[in-house]
Amino acid sequence: MTFGRRLLVLCTAAAVLAAAGVWTVLHASDQARGAGRTGDGPPARAGAVGLGPHGDGARLVFRSMTWGTQRDHLAAVPLDDPRGTRTVATPACLRFHAAAGTGICLQAVHGVLADTYRAVVLDADLHERRHYDLAGIPTRSRVSPSGNLVAWTVFVGGDSYAGTDFSTRTSILDTRTWTLQEDLETYAVTLDGKPYRAADTNIWGVTFADDEHFYATLATGGRTHLVAGDAVRHTLTTLHDNVECPSLSPDGTRIAYKKRVPGLSEDAPWRLYVLDLTTMAETATAEDRSLDDQALWLDDRTLTYSLPSDDGSDLWTVPADGTGTPTVLAPAALAPAVVR
Amino acid sequence: MYLADSRRPAASAAAPAPGPGRSARIAPTVLALGTVSLITDVSSEMVTAVLPLYLVTALGVTPLGFGLLDGVFNGASAVLRLLGGFLGDRGGGRHKAVAAAGYGLSALCRPALLLVRTAPLIGLVLAVDRVGKGLRTAPRDAMISLATPPEHRGRAFGVHRAMDTAGALSGPLLAFLLLRGAPGGFHAVFLVSSYVAALGVLVLVVLVPGRSLRPAPRAVVARLRLRELLRLPALRRITAGAALLGLATVSDSFVYLLLQRRLDLPASWFPLLPLGTAAVYLLAAVPVGALADRIGRRRLFVLGHGALLAGYGLLLARPGGGAVLAAVVLALHGLFYAATDGVLAAAVASAVPAGRRGAGLALVGTGQAAGRFACSIAVGALWSRWGDTVALAAMAAALTAAVAVATRLVGRAAEDGAQHPAD
Repeated sequence: MTFGRRLLVLCTAAAVLAAAGVWTVLHASDQARGAGRTGDGPPARAGAVGLGPHGDGARLVFRSMTWGTQRDHLAAVPLDDPRGTRTVATPACLRFHAAAGTGICLQAVHGVLADTYRAVVLDADLHERRHYDLAGIPTRSRVSPSGNLVAWTVFVGGDSYAGTDFSTRTSILDTRTWTLQEDLETYAVTLDGKPYRAADTNIWGVTFADDEHFYATLATGGRTHLVAGDAVRHTLTTLHDNVECPSLSPDGTRIAYKKRVPGLSEDAPWRLYVLDLTTMAETATAEDRSLDDQALWLDDRTLTYSLPSDDGSDLWTVPADGTGTPTVLAPAALAPAVVR
Repeated sequence: MYLADSRRPAASAAAPAPGPGRSARIAPTVLALGTVSLITDVSSEMVTAVLPLYLVTALGVTPLGFGLLDGVFNGASAVLRLLGGFLGDRGGGRHKAVAAAGYGLSALCRPALLLVRTAPLIGLVLAVDRVGKGLRTAPRDAMISLATPPEHRGRAFGVHRAMDTAGALSGPLLAFLLLRGAPGGFHAVFLVSSYVAALGVLVLVVLVPGRSLRPAPRAVVARLRLRELLRLPALRRITAGAALLGLATVSDSFVYLLLQRRLDLPASWFPLLPLGTAAVYLLAAVPVGALADRIGRRRLFVLGHGALLAGYGLLLARPGGGAVLAAVVLALHGLFYAATDGVLAAAVASAVPAGRRGAGLALVGTGQAAGRFACSIAVGALWSRWGDTVALAAMAAALTAAVAVATRLVGRAAEDGAQHPAD
């Protein structure tokens, strides 16, 4: 082949591939606009959502996953009628949690060149109090029962030069002083009773007991541990093995968590368990599907958690004592908090 | 001390006659291979940039633990690199065929991502991608060296690495532009990445000439063995030097982790740190490569580790403010790459006869990778036992010693190909 002919072949192929690329993007863009997916989903109306005390019973506030313009926005439903009409408010969040009039909203900021992420601390009327830039993709968030402390976890890494080496970064923010502890990996770790230090530690999924004590997952050397953390003394102490995404019951006696159960397939490795902190006894819940979420206690007996669905996520519920059967709590919903 | 040697033009049988004057043009083959690398990196970096987001938001899979097998993959990749090098040298230069197989294998991994939805399978696809990368690296570098007269190889490799890095930098931008137009359109990103990868393979097939060697004498064709390669004193010394220096070269992820922790950088800067290194590498690759041609590639390769050592030193001493210091360390890190990556390939090319070029390049690359892998394990262990300051100090000491030894080891031989008039 002459050079001219080679070039011709190349240009033709490039043109065909470019056309295919343009078509692919246009097609995907149509799909993203929700073509053929509007009108579905639970009934909803726009309105104000508050995180403060109010007279009309407990409510569930969460990220709405209904396709359309209100996707990702915060929505509220009465806790005793979670499939009723939703009130949808303005802020859009990837992850959310709230307690005692303080909300944490981890959101995406669509930039010119790339998406970035920020953590926004919300007041009881969902107005921004402060925001903090995040180092990666949001995955977990929690507020302490008093509303004073806020924690979040993001995934970092995965870029070209760090290869496929992902890690988590967990931060705790004191909203009274706006002191940010950016990386809990600087805490002093006690593993199985001995001081421990490693470059491969990852910490995620904080759940608060009070404004000093919390629980979280610490992973190192291929194992995961439940740790008891102290946000004042900056310490982490392992309590139990094979615990991910812990969630403390309102009465502070039990931890709901996802456990990697041996013998399950690699793509569905977790089950929802409850750990009694006094006896360290594990109880399997009646949910027999794999889940990847930090569960939430609706009260001292009932758990809710996310499972994948056509909308991205539905919230399911199951008793914490191993009885009952799982049922859908709210479809097209993620990252809930109970507001009383 | 060996300044004079480097100016001596070495006769080259395989490469085209050196152009008139000092500013000879970059060989079309080098530009074509640079284009292939640029396009391929656009394709692969598009995917790597959105993969964590895809895993977390679209598949609900945790990306933790993906790095656990990194060492295994890297080991496999190193073995395949040797294989790619040896195969490429067979039959009078099948470099193009072996490189095309490597690029093709990686290209097939992009559409495969559309089909797999679980973490282990995605891990497998990424591993196959690595296999392709391992296979193609040595034959590609052999083709670059064979297409370039010895006295310009540093610059030629610099041009290739700059084009490669330009692709790596623009891939993520393209991916996020696509996601802007089609929110949640990860499959569109993977599809477009597949088209781009296909184009890269096509450019290789159409624009890169096939036979990279003259039909070699029978003795060379007969059998290429590792032992024969190791009989080349210059190659042996370079391999030992590169492995030794690799033993004290902290991996990129550790460098960024150290930077962020020791300089207390805001968390939101973390994703930007690799861009700093890449930008400096992109800008410096060509001038530093040309400099290597003037002052000696082996010498510059060893000196380049001085930039890394200076970076370690600054991270240990921490003089001055976080942002400025971080910029300086990243600049040193980028310079380290500019002075060592392509420059090493250029140095190796001059130490190995044309008929064993691919295998020689692969051997040195594997030695270096093995050293770096051992270093990662050592840093991890030191960090666990005594913390990051001790780990860093130990690496600084090790690198100082390695540079001292490598200077004698690598620098002692006559510079760059003067030994191999048959080259």
